[in-house]
Amino acid sequence: MTAMQQQYEASAGVLDGYNFAFLDEQTKRMIRRAILKAVAIPGYQVPFGSREMPLPYGWGTGGMQVTAAVIGRADTLKVIDQGADDTTNAVSIRRFFVRMTGVATTEKTREATLIQTRHRVPETPLQEDQILVYQVPIPEPLRWLEPRETETRKMHGLSEYGVMHVKLYEDISRHGHISTAYDYPVMVNGRYLMRCSPIPKFDTPKLHMNAALQLFGAGREKRIYAVPPYTEVKPLDFDDHPFEIERWSEACALCAAENSFLDEVILDDRGGRMFVCSDTDYCGERQAAGHRGPMAAPYKDREAAE
Amino acid sequence: MYVAVKGGETAIGNAHALLAEDRRGDTALPELSVAQIREQLSGAVDRVMTEGSVYDPELAALALKQARGDQVEAIFLLRAYRTTLPRLAVSRPIDTAKMRISRRISSCFKDMPGGQLLGPTFDYTHRLLDFALLAGGDPAAAPEGGRLADAMPQVVDLLNAEGLIEREEPDAEDAPVGDLTREPLMFPAGRDVRLQNLARADEGWLLAMGYSTQRGYAKSHPFVGEIRSGEVSVEIDIPELGFAVDIGDITVTECQMVNQFRGSKSEPPKFTRGYGLAFGYAERKAMAMSLVDRALRAEELGEDVTAPAQDQEFVLYHADNVEASGFVQHLKLPHHVDFQSELTLVRLMRAEIAAGETAVTAQQDETLEEAAQ
Repeated sequence: MTAMQQQYEASAGVLDGYNFAFLDEQTKRMIRRAILKAVAIPGYQVPFGSREMPLPYGWGTGGMQVTAAVIGRADTLKVIDQGADDTTNAVSIRRFFVRMTGVATTEKTREATLIQTRHRVPETPLQEDQILVYQVPIPEPLRWLEPRETETRKMHGLSEYGVMHVKLYEDISRHGHISTAYDYPVMVNGRYLMRCSPIPKFDTPKLHMNAALQLFGAGREKRIYAVPPYTEVKPLDFDDHPFEIERWSEACALCAAENSFLDEVILDDRGGRMFVCSDTDYCGERQAAGHRGPMAAPYKDREAAE
Repeated sequence: MYVAVKGGETAIGNAHALLAEDRRGDTALPELSVAQIREQLSGAVDRVMTEGSVYDPELAALALKQARGDQVEAIFLLRAYRTTLPRLAVSRPIDTAKMRISRRISSCFKDMPGGQLLGPTFDYTHRLLDFALLAGGDPAAAPEGGRLADAMPQVVDLLNAEGLIEREEPDAEDAPVGDLTREPLMFPAGRDVRLQNLARADEGWLLAMGYSTQRGYAKSHPFVGEIRSGEVSVEIDIPELGFAVDIGDITVTECQMVNQFRGSKSEPPKFTRGYGLAFGYAERKAMAMSLVDRALRAEELGEDVTAPAQDQEFVLYHADNVEASGFVQHLKLPHHVDFQSELTLVRLMRAEIAAGETAVTAQQDETLEEAAQ
């Protein structure tokens, strides 16, 4: 954490007049019951009495309610958006919890007990004592194929997932391969079709047999679901068209990582660009360990200048 | 160099400061007080209370001030405050038949017991900008006795001796009433939940949905049975006392819309009803709500569900402007990870197509060569 950021978050202070973690205890209990049910039925979307949060719907209200329901004073919280700790919405949500709980925060994946994320799964493998909370905009994997909730609930009840296979097949017949780049549909524990929130396909395999508890909160749509530790999570595919993840011909320009998700950064208006790790903590850790990409130096200079 | 996502904290702090400055406007001019907003912008206050689901003109005016007049933002502020409030009691149903009337009209009957009472309405004003207001000054006093007439019976009930209009029977006293703010919306939704959803719904959405039923998307043949505005008492039961206690008055607008119904196998032809209720003087909202309520009763009345306004999931899921505004505007948040995935995919697909074309051209060249030989 940079000095400026530490100063900013310390200035927040814990806000008086609100219950620990904003929600009242009855509401937290209601959310915890929904979480327990979600853990008991992996991949099943549990309807819950989602509350109005002081942040807008679509900006992480579901994830925030899940985090508020499970966070304790001893927790260390990490919040990321697009893999980075310092994107504006991650900063805003982290600051909200600092003001509402006073818990310790970190940017280090290894140090966090609770990680709230939007659109990414950290590159550093998670441990058994960690919880990963996903912010989910649309929880229903069948929504683009069937807009009606009454219908999709029936389809889940009957494990009627043929339409999704047909959709993937149509992709292949039209484009030669499955054209779903993010939010890739998965089967959880061999029973429920699940949407892993819009994470890139690259992150989908990380859900499988993960040691951490993975919780998914959709505030506006009022659903919670979960993948308990060491649960089978299988992307839908075909024998002759197996699931594949994105690959880059470049390595990270800062830490030279060849196996992390890379963001493309436009450098000028002449087509110049660089590729860097989207997971800022992972990238920083590798640089600290001495890994250097071709453009690492100016970045380090800038850090030193701060 | 790589600066795209750095500096988020400072940027947020600066944005808040700029916003506060813009809200205040020119400091050479006196600051607007919350009391002024409450008294002089009551139409805005009423809408914020209705869609914010809190009857508190003071807080609604504060929300409007803080949101610099942006209604949906003010509604959001009030909702986010409401969610933190403890639930002390559930009131008894308000009795609008006992309303102290300030406005009451019916379009079904030329006259009725108690008469038509226009009250404070825009209806017959000519919408000409009143330049006198630029200069300010107080209006001439309204004539005595124009406000808060005594309770009057409800028109629809009064003229329903023949039973041509469906009767609305109250549910049992102990029947549970749904609450969307505690339980998620599930389908099919009962009328209690639907009405709660519509009462909190965005006025523009209801207006458009109601309007669509007048233009042939679900024919409803509506007539205004009665619109009434005025004050009603709110009572709560105190178990220790064994009777209800009046805790205060609220101003509401109620609309009873009467609609033609051709009858079905089990029901003879009759008039059916749609219902609308809003805090304050919110007639447009109450009327639109009653049209949509009636349209959503299609299934219950055995009508075909063919139009958007009759479709429960479509109407109810998209009616809340706090939800809609948040989700539409979340597109402003960074999505560069997903976009990167799509970029990678599109590049791959284009490369494949290009490779395919090259292969085809090569093959054609070969064929031509063979033909030439």
